[in-house]
Amino acid sequence: MKHLDEFRDPTLAKSLLEKIHETVTRPWVIMEICGGQTHAIMRHGLDRLLPPEITLVHGPGCPVCVTPLETIDRALAIASRPEVIFTSFGDMLRVPGSRDDLFRIKSRGGDVRMVYSPLESLNLARENPDREVVFLAVGFETTAPGNAMALKQAATERLTNYSQIASHVLVPPAMEAILSAPNNRVQGFLAAGHVCAIMGWEPYEPLAQKYGVPIVPTGFEPVDILDGILKTVSLLEEGAPEVANQYLRAVRKQGNPAARAVMDEVYEICDRKWRGIGPISDSGLRIRDHLAAYDAERRFSVADITPNEPAVCISGEILQGLKKPDECPAFGTDCTPTSPFGATMVSGEGACAAYYRYARRGWK
Amino acid sequence: MNERPNFSRQSCPLPLMDHDTVQLAHGAGGRLSADLMEKLILPRFRCPELEALGDQAVLNLAPGRVAFSTDTFVVSPIFFPGGDIGDLAVNGTVNDVAMSGATVEALSVGLVLEEGLPMRDLHRILCSMEQAAATAGVRIVTGDTKVVDKGSCDRIFINTSGLGVIPDGVNLTPKNISAGDVVLVSGTLADHGMAVLTTREKLSFQSEIRSDSAALNGLINTLLQAAPGTRTLRDPTRGGAATTLNEFAAAAGVGIRLDDEAIPVRPPVRGACEVLGIDPLYVANEGKFIAVVPADETTPALAALRNHELGADAAQIGVVVDEHPGLVALRTSLGVERIVDMPVAEQLPRIC
Repeated sequence: MKHLDEFRDPTLAKSLLEKIHETVTRPWVIMEICGGQTHAIMRHGLDRLLPPEITLVHGPGCPVCVTPLETIDRALAIASRPEVIFTSFGDMLRVPGSRDDLFRIKSRGGDVRMVYSPLESLNLARENPDREVVFLAVGFETTAPGNAMALKQAATERLTNYSQIASHVLVPPAMEAILSAPNNRVQGFLAAGHVCAIMGWEPYEPLAQKYGVPIVPTGFEPVDILDGILKTVSLLEEGAPEVANQYLRAVRKQGNPAARAVMDEVYEICDRKWRGIGPISDSGLRIRDHLAAYDAERRFSVADITPNEPAVCISGEILQGLKKPDECPAFGTDCTPTSPFGATMVSGEGACAAYYRYARRGWK
Repeated sequence: MNERPNFSRQSCPLPLMDHDTVQLAHGAGGRLSADLMEKLILPRFRCPELEALGDQAVLNLAPGRVAFSTDTFVVSPIFFPGGDIGDLAVNGTVNDVAMSGATVEALSVGLVLEEGLPMRDLHRILCSMEQAAATAGVRIVTGDTKVVDKGSCDRIFINTSGLGVIPDGVNLTPKNISAGDVVLVSGTLADHGMAVLTTREKLSFQSEIRSDSAALNGLINTLLQAAPGTRTLRDPTRGGAATTLNEFAAAAGVGIRLDDEAIPVRPPVRGACEVLGIDPLYVANEGKFIAVVPADETTPALAALRNHELGADAAQIGVVVDEHPGLVALRTSLGVERIVDMPVAEQLPRIC
């Protein structure tokens, strides 16, 4: 794992930290978009090494956190059906809907299986022609191409027993929603490196110009994140609202055109509700009409399920960078990973779970 | 017992049986049951106590306190790189008994077989139990076999119980731990859990990840001779090292501080954990223990462990402190401390 060690090198990290301390002269609020970045920051304790002028707030980039409750309830309704083999990535299994989660459905006899790739669910469909195989396709631009590829393959093979609940979300519209909110306090972004590997960093240029914020596509290792923070702070101090790519080893300006092409072939842009944030125009991807036969929500007619959110949870404000997890009165007391109020605590990628796991209140 | 016999080249031919799969009648107490016992099971576990074929084994144990433990093994897949459910069932219970410092004497084996289990698979599992018991130097003295309808269990479940006698003067418990003590691990972490996970989910990585399934009674003996002041021992199985260390901190009312860079994890295991978003500190081990020893016995303890085949990668991974009682902290390579919490539930691979 030489590749990893290089990006965790303490000497390199310390020299970046020194440069950040030298560069910063004023208070700045920077948001890291991706939950993976939030976890790396907490796991390596990076937030406690930064100068006090820099406040990191945690963005909406946790697909499990922002998947709307109605999507989860519809998934649970489909997973409960006897003819269905329901497949999902591991971290969606424990996310509570209004009453249940997928583990409980499984314990009551539902055939719920964890997969590591959408192509595994396709194999299940081929091997079980008498069963309906449904894949819960959630995630950002990072996971959408793989999921699109699986659906495209199903259509090519004319599989009649495969479908997806497609609830993908897109990063730039969420960033715009955060920036255009009257109470926004975010002044610069670490964009999610993996999303940019697919989409490129071109889509961020208009955002940087319109709202006057630097945006830095950033990786996930400590050295990446510190380098991303240094680039963001330098641009903020210079007053240069530009896009600067930190994640050079993975991100090109145009992204990955082949991946984008297959996404575009299978999915189309739609309005989407984000859990905790609310509806955002043009912020999601849904299955195109000519592939409607592969859309599980149309196939199993579950569109009328509309649940209610618990009122006490502040996960919406956390996902928009307005509050930090330990500012919630329920954090670590009434709301813990064993009895979570909201998705930011239950999801492994969620900001509340990261705070609880690595640095809960009372810890120096 | 420093020498582990190498069984890899030995063959263990399947005896001629009337059926090539397990039938319900093999558990019904009649002729087929006797056939299974005589042809498949007894030849693997021969010892006077078992061959008496009574309703119980009668043992002559040395005087002293007896350590007694039981565990049930339901692992899927039943065969995985580095081991199978058979050696796991022997090693797991040997280790649970041995963590008390006891000399492990005898095991019982309860087999629950699913109708239709290939006789070849059963035989292979029994052979590896035989080999594991021989390596650990323990006898399988009593047992039971049940066959259940197809679908009532997943091919084979195994329960083992074990007995051992604790030598006078040995009293290993987490309550002995105090600030200033040193935390050792007997080798690399997370091998077993990642071997099973990658096999079960058919994930292929460039280098094979093998289970560390092994009996640790010999290694413990070596440690206790070199470090007689050893406070406590535990094998970090389910829940991994993080769970064991949290249990120690809670039981002794002390804090534990780990050094991230000192924790031994094989590079392919670390790589697989990174890819799946899993923390090796929470992954199961089946051939490792965590020991807390007095600071002045650290050097002889590590030297003795590293001199043993099963302890070659032994390392000091942390210290016991007065601060943050009940909590385990980890010092990252950047010098920042963070919490290592009890796991909430099984770790689940992430979406992205």
